[in-house]
Parts: sequence; structure tokens; C-alpha cells
Amino acid sequence: MTEQLERVVIRFAGDSGDGMQLTGDRFTTSSALLGNDLSTFPDFPAEIRAPAGTLAGVSAFQVHISDHDILTPGDAPNVLVAMNPAALQSNIGLLPMGATLVVNVDAFDERNLAKAGYATNPLTDGSLSAYQVYEVPMTSITQEVCKEAGVKPRDAERSKNFFALGLVSWLYTRPTEPTLEWIAKRFAAVAAVAEANTRAFRAGYDFGETAELFTSNYEIRPAPFAAGEYTQITGNQALAWGLLVAARLAGLSVFLGSYPITPASDILHELSRRKEFGVRTFQAEDEIAGVGAALGAAFGGSLGVTTTSGPGLDLKSETIGLAINLELPLIVVDVQRGGPSTGLPTKTEQGDLLHAMYGRHGEAPLPIVAARTPAHCFDAAIEAVRLAVTYRTPVILLSDGYLANGAEPWRLPDLTTKSPIEPSFASGPNHVAADGTPDFLPYVRDPETLARPWAPPGVPGLEHRIGGLEKADETGNVSYDPENHEAMVHWRAAKIAGIAKNLPRLEVDHEEGAELLVLGWGSTYGAITAAVRRVRAEGRKVAQAHLDFLNPFPLNLGEVLGTYPKILIPEVNLGQLSKMVRAEFLVDAKSLNKTQGVPFRAGEVADEIVKMLGGGA
Amino acid sequence: MTAIPVTTRKDWTSDQEVRWCPGCGDYSILAAVQMLMPELGVRRESTVFLSGIGCAARFPYYMNTYGLHSIHGRAPAIATGLATTRPDLDVWVVTGDGDALSIGGNHLIHALRRNVKMTILMFNNQIYGLTKGQYSPTSEVSKVTKSTPFGSVDNPFNPISLVLGAEATFVARTHDMDRAHMQETFRRAHDHKGAAFVEVYQNCNVFNDGAFEKITGRDVRSSMLIPLTNGEPIRFGAERERGVVQRPDGRLEIVDVDDVGEDALLVHDEARADPGLAFALSRLSRGPYEPTPIGVFRAVERPEYGEEMSRQIVRAQEQRGAGDIEALLRSGSTWTVD
Repeated sequence: MTEQLERVVIRFAGDSGDGMQLTGDRFTTSSALLGNDLSTFPDFPAEIRAPAGTLAGVSAFQVHISDHDILTPGDAPNVLVAMNPAALQSNIGLLPMGATLVVNVDAFDERNLAKAGYATNPLTDGSLSAYQVYEVPMTSITQEVCKEAGVKPRDAERSKNFFALGLVSWLYTRPTEPTLEWIAKRFAAVAAVAEANTRAFRAGYDFGETAELFTSNYEIRPAPFAAGEYTQITGNQALAWGLLVAARLAGLSVFLGSYPITPASDILHELSRRKEFGVRTFQAEDEIAGVGAALGAAFGGSLGVTTTSGPGLDLKSETIGLAINLELPLIVVDVQRGGPSTGLPTKTEQGDLLHAMYGRHGEAPLPIVAARTPAHCFDAAIEAVRLAVTYRTPVILLSDGYLANGAEPWRLPDLTTKSPIEPSFASGPNHVAADGTPDFLPYVRDPETLARPWAPPGVPGLEHRIGGLEKADETGNVSYDPENHEAMVHWRAAKIAGIAKNLPRLEVDHEEGAELLVLGWGSTYGAITAAVRRVRAEGRKVAQAHLDFLNPFPLNLGEVLGTYPKILIPEVNLGQLSKMVRAEFLVDAKSLNKTQGVPFRAGEVADEIVKMLGGGA
Repeated sequence: MTAIPVTTRKDWTSDQEVRWCPGCGDYSILAAVQMLMPELGVRRESTVFLSGIGCAARFPYYMNTYGLHSIHGRAPAIATGLATTRPDLDVWVVTGDGDALSIGGNHLIHALRRNVKMTILMFNNQIYGLTKGQYSPTSEVSKVTKSTPFGSVDNPFNPISLVLGAEATFVARTHDMDRAHMQETFRRAHDHKGAAFVEVYQNCNVFNDGAFEKITGRDVRSSMLIPLTNGEPIRFGAERERGVVQRPDGRLEIVDVDDVGEDALLVHDEARADPGLAFALSRLSRGPYEPTPIGVFRAVERPEYGEEMSRQIVRAQEQRGAGDIEALLRSGSTWTVD
């Protein structure tokens, strides 16, 4: 018997070495191919493989699939697949009463129970009575079916994640072909492993069908997507592709200078694979060299990019300041993670906004762009490049760990609708000297954008020297003149502030009579939007707006803020946008904060909205 | 491509007033470079001088080429991005002992081991000049400066040993008192394929005057500088009466030629693949008060970094065709909604 569900949230949890990320990822892909809307949340520790069976080593992957448009990986899992006691222990708190638990009962031996801190076996002591528990001998069945696959029993055990995947695929009527095809392709080089994984996956699927443990399985119908071609994409991948498309739009070659750092490294990996696009990727000796080389490439006329996370942004600050002074295009991608210092390398946070805004000595403004969803990283990257190239400035593009690793379906864009980006390289003199001869002055500004010429070496007659010392207006020669310095400080500020007039106006999802505006930026978009929908479904009125440009702000932000008596700003930090908004517009914005290394749940935001609106729902 | 125009020193001199202290060794290095440029067969518009921070780092402002005066220690990193994306350019990095060996030590060794196409001129004056006289990573032990009133306790770097350790493919030393030697050394460095490193002994007459006088002074030079000439026995002295031999245990030693005979002398081989002997030569002198080798220590061939990077791109494009964005967007699983 198959029942219909509108949506389900499944969480796979096991040891870091159990392959839970892969299991979740494969389940996600087959759901995407089925046409469900989905949102994922990989949640793993910084240690590669902490001791097996310990709480420190638990790695989880949460996926939300539905037959309608969804925005978050789900507030609470409906199903937890726990491969061992530690996975159960560290995730059980997330489950609402009545949720389904599928456990690998073979792993619940005394040793593993002790490692997870269980004094008694939760499967037998009654502590799980509020849940629907399915005990499945995943390890032993996997070993049994893999006997003839040609792998050693020890290795056969490693295929048990495919057993779990097969079982859950049956439970939610996922097609088996995409996974079987993927296994064949991925493990083509090692036939025995491909065979073992295939057998384990089939055994899991068959177990669901024949074991009579489950009374029914479930179907989640495709979501009503707009017509078009879709793929499933993570934030890091979308960001990398966005950079490639932006470079194409600008007619520039990408040079990426980067140093490996979690959770940004996948952008380096992705671009390193795409050499046929003319991309040069440089794994530098350190973060400083990464941004330095990118700036050097920009001086030479390439699209210079550096990718990093918080600690790396600290190290790049001085070079970013130089880029501001040189007025050269540069893309600095910061995939934010929990801080300060090494902090929480694999966990998300929005803690770097004020760093992006103010983290340099001197008056050193630059534009800041933030991505709101994994797929939006694509457009955000293009917009960042557009600003950098047009205004000859470093741009900080903020993503975060949640967006970087999270995946969602993405309708492939019509690239012909993207307007070109004009590098407009200097090609000749731009000034006439006192003696009447034409010459080239590197700091003569475009009256519209206030941008200076971009004049890469190679053009005769345009030879010029620039540097980090303060320079004289127009000529760019070293100048310590007090009035000149003040003029240059103002030029640099005015250039960045002036970008606002070419930014899209802030769109407000307004509801007639709404007195509360929920304002967000970055990856809180999903949770805020889901919360607003939930509150509206209860008949309450609320408005929502989301900032993609944090510096400068859209021109109408002040006007929007002035429209609502109450403003709520949820952020995964201690209120950084809130500070900026209060300082700039003198409004009494209320801040809702969370710093647990995980995104907001929609319920948390909805509760706060209801509280601010007064009374219960 | 038009013929390379004939130029003179004047064409390579910018309109900016040179602001080093009167008597600074940097003036003679600048003159040597400006006078050499017309002879190199290169174009002004394809020449870039890059620098970090320090007295030496002002150099680009005085060259009528493209120039970038960057931040402390980072010039080799910035040059790496420029040189790998613009193989058509001649990239020069001008740096000092503090800039290259202290704050920028990491970038220097990595640019050298990668063999990125750049010519690095490191002016070594064994002092911090621009910050007014603190000891540097090449200052001798027990040096008394403003920041070491009781004498420095740091063991100094031997720059030549350091860069040989990083397996630099071109390593040379020259000094600011000998324009001809500077020019010949700079020319060799410029013509080298990949990263070239030249240490230039440079006098800071304000904060460390006479640091190299004991070996570069006109009257002592012939007996204190050991010129390295490829393929020739290593000899020096007014009458070329002294020479270098290698002992059976590998140690190098300075001897009187008369005592051992010319055939016993070490023949300089800058192209030796193993940098060991060049390293031993770099250790011959403990400081600029003993006979010190100058000239090219090492000049070997190794693939150039930017060229290799470009080769991978060409190969990828041959195998997969030029990048197709539409195909890229469909490189994962896709599905269609009607």
C-alpha cells in the first residue's frame, strides 16, 4: 500500500566514515529527478574521521522533499535514519514526538552504546516509546548479500549506507535506476565495490518491500515547477558557474588565486576542473598570496578572483585595501562559517558582514553582495563581477556554509537575457597635457561611475605607475598633500555610494495593512520566507524584504523602513545588519539572533513575528 | 608586430623626482637598470616593475614603464598572478632584505620553487632603512640598532643559501659599486626562463654605512670578491693568485693557487642540476668581511610555471573543445518540466 504525502524531512546520520553525505546526496538526486522540490542541509563535523562510534564523529545529511514550493531543509525531521547509537544520541533531540526512526540494530552493541554515552540500550529501555521505531539489521544483511561480490567481509560492511539508501528509496518510492546507474559509473574502476554497493542497495530496497516491517510506503508527487529545464545545484557550484558566466559576459579570463579552506574549497575544486573555459586556478602558498595573485592578474586585465572563509578574509584584508586604493576590479568570495578564529569550520554563520563592511584600516569602502539561496549564488556572482568591473573596485561576495553545501533544484537560466559586462579597457590618451600633447592619467574618473580607467600593461603610451601610497587626483603620482588626501577619500567613498543609483530597488512583499516588516539578508531568506508564509496562513499580516546588496544599500531602503512601525531583522549573528540599519536610518529595528552554527528554523522566525504582532496565533 | 624601437636611458626614466637619500646605493642600481633597458631588446609597454614596501620598493615610480608599488612582502605573489596571465610581459620585482626575507619570505620561496617568470632584484643593505634603522633578517648577530640596543641575537639569513634551498633556477649576486657587473648579472637574470633571483649588495649610507666596504671597496675588491665564471676555475686576487678547491669530504676551501696547481681548482658549473655545490659556494663566506663569491651561482632549466599552466588549458581545450557554458549547466543530472 502506498500513501500520499505532501512533504517529508529525512535525516541520515552515522559515522563520518559511513558515507552519510553520499547517501543523502544520492537520495536528493533521485528526488530531484522525480520532480520534487527540495532543500538540503549537510551537517558534518570538522574532523575527517573522528574515532568510530563516538558522538564527535557523527555526520548527518538532512533533506526536505515536497510536492510544493519549499524554502528550507525543514524545521524537524519526520524520519531519522541512525546508523549507530552515537547518531541516535546526537540527533534524537531534533525529532518531534511520533517521528519515524530507522536504526541499524546491528550497531547497537555494548561497546557502541557505551561510546555514545548510553547506560542502557534505548531500543529496549522504553526511552523511544514516543517514536515509531524500525530496527533493521543493516550490517548483517549487507555482509550476507555481499559475500559473493568478491569483497572481503570487512569491506562488505562499508556498503551498508547503500542498504540504508535502498530501504529509504523504497519507503519513499524513489526510482532505483538513477542510483544504480550512478553506482556503476562511480565505481567503474573497482568492479567488486560496484557489485557490493549494487547488492546492498537492492537488498535494502527489497527489505522494505518484503520484510513486512513497514505497513506502507509513501509517494510524494512532483512539485508544480515553472516549465523549463532543471538541475540540482549547491551554492559553491552555482557560485563557480556564475563566475564563469560573468567572465564570459565580460569577455575576460578568470584567474582564481585561492588557498584551501572549509567550506569554500569546493569553488576552487570546481573551477580547477574547468580548464577548457580558460580558467587559471592557482593554489597559493597562503591566503595572502591567493588574493595577491588575483590582484596581480586583475592589474594584467584578467578577472581576478579569490575564494575563502572567515580566517582567510582576515588575512586578505591588507590586499583588499590595496585593491581599493589601486581601484582595480577584484572578487573576494567569503563563504562564512562560525567564528571567531578557527571557530566552527563546517558550521554556518552570518558573522562576517561587519568585517566585510569595515574590516580594513582607513576609509576603505567596497560593495558587498550576498547570496540568498544555493542557486542564487549564481546570480550573486554575476552581479558581484558586474560591480567590480564597472566600478574598478574589489567586491566582497558573501555566501555561507549553509548555502555552500546545501542543494536545491535550479531552473537553468536563459543566458541570452544577461546583459554584457563592459571592461572598457583604456586604449589611448585620456587627457591633454599643458603643452598640448595628449597623455594618459590613470586617475581621471568617468563622470557617470567615478571609475578610473583600467589600463593593463601592453599598450604603448599608457605606461603608468600606481601603488598603495596616496596618489594625486588624476595623475596618480604619490601625493602627501592634505587637501588631496581628503579629496581622494571622498572620491573613493562617493564612487561606492554612487553605485546605489544603478542597483535594483528593494522589492517588498507587502500585504495591505501589514505593520511589521521582516528584513533579512543572505541565507536567512528561506527560513524568513517560510515563516512569513506560515504566519500569513494564520491570517496575520506581515511584510517581507530581503537585501542582496549590503553596501551600498538600495536607494529606497530608508523609504521602505519608514513605512512600517515595526521591523524585525533575523540574522545568524548578534545583529550586524541590524546595527548598520539602525546607524544609517535611525530606526528601532529589532534583532532576532541565533549563533548555533545552524540556520534558523522557520518556526523560530514565525514565533518571533507572532510575538511582535502581539498575542498568540 | 612592429620592430622594437631604439631607446635611450631617458626613455626609461619617469618624470618623478627620485627621493632616496643622497649617496644611497639605490641610485647606482637605478642607473644601471635604466641604462641596461635599451640593450635588452624589450618594449617599455611590455615591461612591468613591481615592488613591495621599503626604500627599494620606490623603484617602480622612477621607471617609465608600467609599475605597481604594492604592500609589504607581497610583490612575488602579485607578480605571480600577473606573470602567469600575461606571459607576453617582462615582470621585474624589486625588493629589499626586509621585504623579501622577513615579511615576504613565504612568497619569495614559493615563487622561486614554482619557477614563475619574473626577475627578482633584492637590494640587501642588512638594515631597515625606511623605518629608520632597525636590524633586518640579514643583519649580523650582535648588531646594535634602535630596536636592538643590547645587540641583536638573531642568526641572519644567507639569502643565496636560502633561495638555493628553495631550488631557485637562477641565483646570482652583484653589488652597487660595479655597474658593469650589475648590468651583466641583470641581463643574465632577465634572459633566464623562469624565476631569477639576484642579491645586490647595496649600501645604506644613513643607517648602515659601509656594510660591504670590506669586500666591495675599490682597493680591496680584487682580493675580497670571488668572481664566478661558468666553466672556469674559481680564482681571485689581484694576480688571480688565490682559488677555491673542494676537499675529499666535500668542503670548499680557499687556497693559494701556487700551493695546489691550477688543475686542482674547482671549475664553476652553474648548470649543475644538483644545487649542492652552489650551496657550498654560498657558504664560503660567513659575511661581507671574508672573500665572497659574486656572479651567477646557479642557472638551470626547469619548466616555467605560467607556461605549464597555459599548457594544461590548451590540452583541456583540445580534448574537450573550448568551454561550452550551456553544456556546463547540463553537466549534472537534468530534468524537464513541461
